[in-house]
Parts: sequence; structure tokens; C-alpha cells
Amino acid sequence: MLKRSLLAATALMAVVASANAQRADLVLGMVLEPPHLDPTEGAAAAIDEVVYANLFEGLTRIGENGAVLPALAENWVVSDDGLTYTFELREGATFHDGSALDAGDVVFSLDRARAETSTNAQKTLFEAISAVEAMDETTVKVTLSKPSGDFLYNMGWGDAVIVAPETAATNKENPVGTGPFKFQTWAKGSAVTLVRNDAYWGEKPALEKVEFRFISDPAAATASLLARDVQAFPNLPAPESIPQFSADPSFKVVIGSTEGETILSINNKKPPFDNVLVRRAMAHAIDRQAIIDGAMFGLGTPIGTHFAPHHPAYVELVETYLYDPAKAKALLAEAGIPDGFTATIKLPPPSYARRGGEVIAAQLREVGINLEIIPVEWPVWLDQVFKAKDFDLTIVSHTEPNDISIYGRDDYYFQYDSAPFKAVMTELGSTVNEDARYALFRKAQEIITEDAVNVYLFQLAKNGVWDAKLEGLWENSPVQANDVTKVRWVE
Amino acid sequence: MADSLVAPGHADWRLFLAKARANRSFQAGAAITLVVIAVAALSLFWTPWDVTKFNVPDRLQGPSWAHWFGTDHFGRDILSMVMEGSRNSIAVALVAVGIGMGIGVPLGCWAAAKRGLADEVLMRTSDVIFAFPALLSAVMITAVFGPGAINAIIAIGIFNIPVFARVARGAALSLWPREFILAARASGKHAGRITIEHILPNIANLLLVQGTIQFSLGILAEAGLSYVGLGAQPPATSWGRMLSEAQTMMAIAPQMAIAPGVAIIVTVLGLNLLGDGLRDIFDPRLRRER
Amino acid sequence: MLTYTLSRLLIVAATLVVASMVVFAVLELVPGDPARLMLGMNATEDAILALRTQMGLDQPVLTRYLDWAGGLLVGDFGRSYTYSVPVIDLVAERVVVSLPLALMALALSTAIALPVGIFSAAGHGRTADTVTMGASQLGVAIPNFWFALLLVYVFAVTLRWVPAGGFPGWQAGLWPALKALILPAIALALPQAAILARVTRSALIETLSEDYIRTARAKGLTAQKVLWTHALRNAMIPVLTILGLQFAFLLAGTIIIENVFTLPGLGRLVFQAINQRDLIVVESVVVLLVATVILVNFLVDLAYAWADPRLRTR
Repeated sequence: MLKRSLLAATALMAVVASANAQRADLVLGMVLEPPHLDPTEGAAAAIDEVVYANLFEGLTRIGENGAVLPALAENWVVSDDGLTYTFELREGATFHDGSALDAGDVVFSLDRARAETSTNAQKTLFEAISAVEAMDETTVKVTLSKPSGDFLYNMGWGDAVIVAPETAATNKENPVGTGPFKFQTWAKGSAVTLVRNDAYWGEKPALEKVEFRFISDPAAATASLLARDVQAFPNLPAPESIPQFSADPSFKVVIGSTEGETILSINNKKPPFDNVLVRRAMAHAIDRQAIIDGAMFGLGTPIGTHFAPHHPAYVELVETYLYDPAKAKALLAEAGIPDGFTATIKLPPPSYARRGGEVIAAQLREVGINLEIIPVEWPVWLDQVFKAKDFDLTIVSHTEPNDISIYGRDDYYFQYDSAPFKAVMTELGSTVNEDARYALFRKAQEIITEDAVNVYLFQLAKNGVWDAKLEGLWENSPVQANDVTKVRWVE
Repeated sequence: MADSLVAPGHADWRLFLAKARANRSFQAGAAITLVVIAVAALSLFWTPWDVTKFNVPDRLQGPSWAHWFGTDHFGRDILSMVMEGSRNSIAVALVAVGIGMGIGVPLGCWAAAKRGLADEVLMRTSDVIFAFPALLSAVMITAVFGPGAINAIIAIGIFNIPVFARVARGAALSLWPREFILAARASGKHAGRITIEHILPNIANLLLVQGTIQFSLGILAEAGLSYVGLGAQPPATSWGRMLSEAQTMMAIAPQMAIAPGVAIIVTVLGLNLLGDGLRDIFDPRLRRER
Repeated sequence: MLTYTLSRLLIVAATLVVASMVVFAVLELVPGDPARLMLGMNATEDAILALRTQMGLDQPVLTRYLDWAGGLLVGDFGRSYTYSVPVIDLVAERVVVSLPLALMALALSTAIALPVGIFSAAGHGRTADTVTMGASQLGVAIPNFWFALLLVYVFAVTLRWVPAGGFPGWQAGLWPALKALILPAIALALPQAAILARVTRSALIETLSEDYIRTARAKGLTAQKVLWTHALRNAMIPVLTILGLQFAFLLAGTIIIENVFTLPGLGRLVFQAINQRDLIVVESVVVLLVATVILVNFLVDLAYAWADPRLRTR
């Protein structure tokens, strides 16, 4: 016993010593402030960007490369029929308030998320679950109503983290999780500060204190990096400043990829857009590279379908509709509207939409399609475009991973309705074999590109800029997170 | 103050010109304002480059012979954009002043003629409007109607109404006890007719001065609204909008912020000088001091 | 005096009631659902309904207005939809930024404007006067956010003397917090100082031409002495009025400057709340700001009435 505490003390001293030698604090810039800090009760990406992997943990987690990794579940066993998952929980995992994590917490968290009164923003993640039972203190059995190829991935979302029943109601303001960092303060409108959780069950992070500072203004974001007030901006909102940072060796610039397919969404049921010729004409009228250059300062990968280019099942379909205004005009003539038409485009606030929309309006004008630009705030976009489908065109980045299935949803906002596509999705739902799943994904991509459902513009880049002496930040963002557990300062 | 501003009879143009010749503030202000308006008018027919054409490869160039003020992030000529933008900035400010005058002046004159309850209600209503933080209210108004030049005009115009109502009321009130008005009343003229025939011509000078000031404030207000993204929307542009675009590129392309900023300053300066000059010319007391 | 005060107080109360109704009604018209915004694109309809019930949005408009207005009467400003904390807490967190900023800007603009105005008036008509007044014309014409951009570019980005934006909080120490407020205060103060200098100058010139000043001069007092003792005191009334107005403006009218410097102040709170459809925050804060302005006006009116009995019959 004595020996053990001595060892612990030596280890602690070693940590303190190395902390003295090296810097152990970080100010990390984010564009948006989270509305609150409970990832199980809101869709705002900013929540996960603070708490995911740092403060809260789920049964599984998504790693830097998008793979499913064990988290609070040390391992699991899947039954042969794919309907039962038995999770073995970590020994020694505790919540930040000192209480131990047990199977009861897992049952509570999953039942809470799928309850009738649940306000979980991703309730569909839990749709497949039919029962959650605690077998003993550290074993949980989850029964599904149908096999689901995505179940372990789904449990790795921020919306599926494990919370304690005692603190679930107050997590919005005072989040209590199991992660390597615990909540310290939140200066509203300015920053959230996390500190190292020294009772963490796993490898303890190198940083002692991380401040997530919210700077929405692109110029202020750039300036704060230049002034070293902020040492890392995992996704700088000012692509125009990237060359400036690239030229400065004291900064590291990492252009990563995200899950954000940025598309010109078309209301497929509204004339003249119900005509595939018109949609194809628009696809030919648009010069993706000019949009990427003009709106994103060259940062972004052109896409030809609704799929992330870094995904192994991605099909390169950019060449299906190359920039060709003459062909666009011919297609419009074939559709019976040689003189073009007038339409509206509703643009949400992000600059990819607002600037991209300006470029697209200028390009479509060349083939006789005159767009009236209507800028809208997100609440209005959700109400008018997403819910009421009161729109002609819009630009939006679909940031959920692997979300081609939205094209099979009834009544989804772009109102695509295709029996062949839905058949592919149904088959995918019951397919667990990876190769077979990839084949179905490829088929799905080809169908929507053939139908020119939307105009696929580019994959949103992750414009990471940080101090060259920092290591361990994510280059890509397979989920919206700023995992700082492995971040350290090096000389 | 208002009392000394007004005199019976109509403005004497010869006297005005004589005074204007001696007033450097007026001359400078009028010259600048005329140039700005001329440039705005010119942009209706001609700009050095076509601002509807995007030329992305030529983006963010510094000043050159081809592009005197450089190019913006879409490769458009900034000089042409400033010319094009002048129209929106001026139109928004001017129409907002028009709304303020068109509604505020009749209200103010009416309150001055009626006194009593009507006056009290008008003054208290204008108190309520003045108590609202102007920009916040504009933000709320655009949240309801959506952003756009028209709604910027409404938002700025609403706050101009009580300004003109108060100025008109104050000046009219001081006129009513004057002898020539009393004489008109004695001859049996209706209050509305007296207002039109005697009050308005005598407060016109004052309204013109206030109008010039509100015009310059309108230019600044439009710039502020557009800067936070609530004013003119693309493909239209305005100086405020250009500044909001320029903001993010301050570090790499400061030329984008300089030209529209200077355009705003010059215009506002011109209007303020013009307003001051007009006041000096119309206000006998200030002249006495000189 | 008592009846005057009472009748004015009644008007203040009526104004506040009208203002609260106007704000509430306007925000009812704003499109967008706060619950849908919170839960985003993948939310199921039943989750959105559950959240609306939780927020109390399923209640009829009148019930919600009365709940809210009734709460205001007893000092309860309601709970924020987005942050789910009492609105008064949010306001308290922001006031500690906005109030010091407004005071700094006010102090700065007064410190610049008064000497300039007095100097100008003393040398009325001379070259120095013309130059300073020309400069003040320029100051009035410069949009403060444009000036703020230039300040950031020069002092934060190029010289790195002060932070470009953000606010470390007072817990970070007095100096770091003040440092973060310097540039915004300067940007706010410049145009205000220009206006104030002009008002000071013209008020002084006006007072200097009054009969009693001439009398004082005739009695043999030096021009300097007359200026500093008699004229200045009397010219202060319009100057103080403008200062009061500017303070009200600075407290809430700084949204743009707060945006440029990403300062977590009151104006920005309301601006963000509007975009997030956190309507209860917008309603409560706007009513609070309106009440502040109305009360300041009321006190000023009262002070005037006390000083000048003729005004009471207005």
C-alpha cells in the first residue's frame, strides 16, 4: 500500500516536472459558441466540438480516421444474428463528480435518448434498439429489433454519450462526464475552459488546461491567431488568410477534409426543376472550380455526387457534368425553355453559401437562368426550406457522415422520390458485409448523379491552422470534434 | 433658437446667394455632394468595368492602371463597385429621409396646431421610439421581414419620423403665437391652411438643414446595417456591404476596405459641411457672431 | 412638483407597458422555431414537439405574454431558450463588459472633447479653431466600425500591442481585461468625441455672447477668468445632456463594435439571441434597455423641472 502510494507520488512528480518543462495550456479557437454543453440535447456542432472525447464519452468513439474505437466499452460481443450486443465496461471509469460508472448509467442514458419525451437531436440513431439491460455492474446487453450495420458507429456519436442520472438534468450548464478533461468555467459569449481530469481511467492528456474561445468574426479569428492569443484554430473561418499562414513557418497549416458535402439543393418537385433536363442543364452551367476559388479561396475538393471523396466507396463522378454553358443552353432548349427562367435561391449564413451563391447566380445568368438571392438565417432556413419546402434552390453543406440515405427519405426537403434508389437503401439496411455495403453505396451514388438530383459542388475543407509547436490535433474531421486528448507542446 | 431661424415671407434667393458666396463650408459641402451625386448618376450608364461579371482568376489585385483601386475577392473592379454601391447607399439614406419628412413633418405640424392630447400622444410615442436602441430595433425589423435594401430603408425611416416630427413641432409651436399667424387666424383661416401657407414655408429652411443632417446619418446607418449583413443584398452592393466583405480580408487586401470607407467619409463629410453651411446661411444669429 | 412627478411616473409606466407589448408582438412575427433550430436537420418531429413543450412554446400567445410580463413585474426575466439559464444571469455576465466599455469610451471622449472644444471656442474664428473643427468634421464622418478595423489592423495585427478581439474576463486580472477594451473604447470614443467637441464649442460661444458674460467682462474680469468661471459652468448643461444621450447609446448601441472585437457585451447578446430565436432573451433585454433609457430621461426631466419651475407646466 505504502509502496503503491509512493509510486503514485513519484509518477505525479514526474508529471509535474514535465509540466514545468513544457507548456501545458492551450487556447483553441472555434467559430460558434455552443448553446449549452449537453451533446444529448442539441444538434449544434459546437457542443461536440467542445465536449466530444474530451469531456463526455460513449460506449464507442470515432477516431481521427473515422474508425470505430472502444471507449467506455472495453470490448463487446455481437450475437450471430446481429441482434444482440453485449458490452463490457471499463474498470475504474468514474464520472467527474466521483461516482463510478456502472451498467445502470448506460441503461439510463440509452433509454433516456430513445424515450418518447426525448429531446435528443439524433433520435434516429437509437431507432433500432428494442431493449437495454444491465447484466451485472459492468455488463450491458443491447437488443436490436433488426440487424444494423451502423450500430457501433452510431453509439460513437456525441449524441450517444453516457451520462449519469444524477447529473443529466444539469449537464447543459455544468457537464459531468467520464472523459480526460472536466468542466471548469464558461464565460458566456467568450470561452469554455476545461481542466485535466487526474482521475481519468485511461492515458492522461498532456495538457492541463484547454480554453475553447469563440470567435465568429473571420477577421478577428485571423488576428487572434497572428497575435498568438489563440494558438490553434482547427477550422479557421477565413480561408482567405490561409496563404498568409502557410508563408509563416511558426504556423502549421493543415487542410483536412470533413464530412460536409456542399451542394446546390434543388426542389425536385417544383417546375421547372421537376424536369431532369433542367437539372442537368444547371449542372453543366456551373463551374465548380470557380466557386471553390471565388468562395473558398481554392480550398475544397470538387465532388460529383453526395459522398465524401476520402471514403473508400466514393465514386468519382465529377466528369458526368463538366462545365459547358453551350450544352447547358442546349439542354434548356430541349426542355422547352430556351430563353431560361427566373428562380429564387435561399442562402443560409455560412460564407460557402453566401459567397458561393453569388458566384452561382453569376454563372447561371450566363445561360439565361436569373436567380433572385434571398439571404436567410438558420431558423428561417429550417422553417421555410427544410420543413415547408418553400424554395427553388438553396446551398447547404450536409455535414453528417455517410448521409446518402437522406435521398431515400420520404418528404425530405429536396423532394427526390426514386423507387430504384429506395430499393438500394432497403437492401443496405439489412446488409452487414462491408464489400456488399460498399457496392450498394456506389450504386446509390450513380443513381443520384444520373438523376442530377442536386448540383454537387465540393467537399468542405477543414482549414486547420495552429502553432507549429503543437502536436496531436486532428487533421480531418470524420465527426465534428476537437479532440485535444493527445495534444502536446513540443520544442 | 428656432425663433430666430424663421422670418415672415419667402426665402430671398439673391440674399441666399450672397451669403452662400461668403460661406466656405457651404461651398465645399455643396461641391462634394454634387460630385458624389454625379458619380452615382454616371454609374447608371457607365462604370469602368462590368460588376456583374466575375473574374475569379484576377481576384484581390492591388491598385493598377487597369484597376485604380484594385479588385475584390471575385475579381471585380473596386472602383466600379464603389460607383455602383453609391447608388444604394444614397438611395437608402435619401428615401429614409423622405419617409421621415413625409410622415414626421405633417405629424409635427398637426400636433403643434392641435396642442393638447394630440400633442401629448405624439410626444410620448416619439419618446417610446427614441427609447428603443436604434440598431437593435433595425435588427428586429429585418428579422421579421428579412434583410434587404427596402427593409433597411424602413428601419432607418422609422427612426427618422420622430426626429422630423419633433423639429417641425418645435418650430411650428414657436410660430403660432407670432403676429402674422395671429393675423391669419383673425381673418378666419383654417389651421390646416395656415400651416400650409404660413408655417411650412417658414420652417422649410430648418427642415432642409435637418434633412441634410439626417441624410448623412442615413449614409452611416446604411453602412452599419449592411456591415452586419442586413442592408443591400447581392447582386446589388453598397458601401457598407463592401466593407463587410472587406472585413475578413483586411490582412491580405486592405484596398477592399479603403475605397468604400473613404467614399463614406467623403460623402458624410460633404453632407455635414453642406448642412452646417446652410444653417449658417439661414441662421441670422450665428451670422451676427461672425 | 409632486403632481408633476406622479404624472411623469405614470407616463413612464405606460411607456414601458407599450414598449413590452411592441417588442413581444414584433418578435411573435419573426419566422423560425427555436426548438427546431436547437435540434437541427436530423431531429424527429416528436423530439421537436417534446422540446417545444419543455420551452413552454405550446402555450397560446396571450398566456406567454402575461407569464413573461408578470414575471418582469416581480423581477423575473425568464429563462433563455438556448442557454437554459435565467436571463438575468446572462445580462449580469454581459453588463460587466458593456458597462466598463461604455464608461471608458465616455471618459475618453470627454477627455478629448472638452479641452478641444474649450480651446476652439477660446480661439473662436482663428486658424486653430478652423483646424480643430475641420478635424472634428472628419471625426463625425468616419464610421466607427471602419475605424475599428483600421485600429485592429495596425495595433493588434501589425504591432501586436493589444489583443485583436475577445475578452479574457475580469478574473484574468485587471490589466488583461482593460487591455482588451482599449481599442473598442477608442473606436467608440472618436466619433463621440467629435460630436461632443462641437457641442462644447458652440455652447461656449453661445454663452460667451450672453449679456451677463459681457457684464462680467465689463467689470474688468480677464477673458480667461470669464471663460473658466462663468461661461464654462453654464455651457455645461447642453454638454451634459449630450453626454447622457451618448451613454445610453454606448450601453446598447455598440453591437457593431462588439462584433468587430468579438466582445461578449449586451448588444452582441441580443444580436445573437435574435439569430438563435432565443426570443425571451431579446424581449427581456430590449425592455430592460428601454426602461433604462426612459428612466434616465425621466430623471433628467425631473432635474430640469427642479431647476427651472417653468418647465413643470409644459
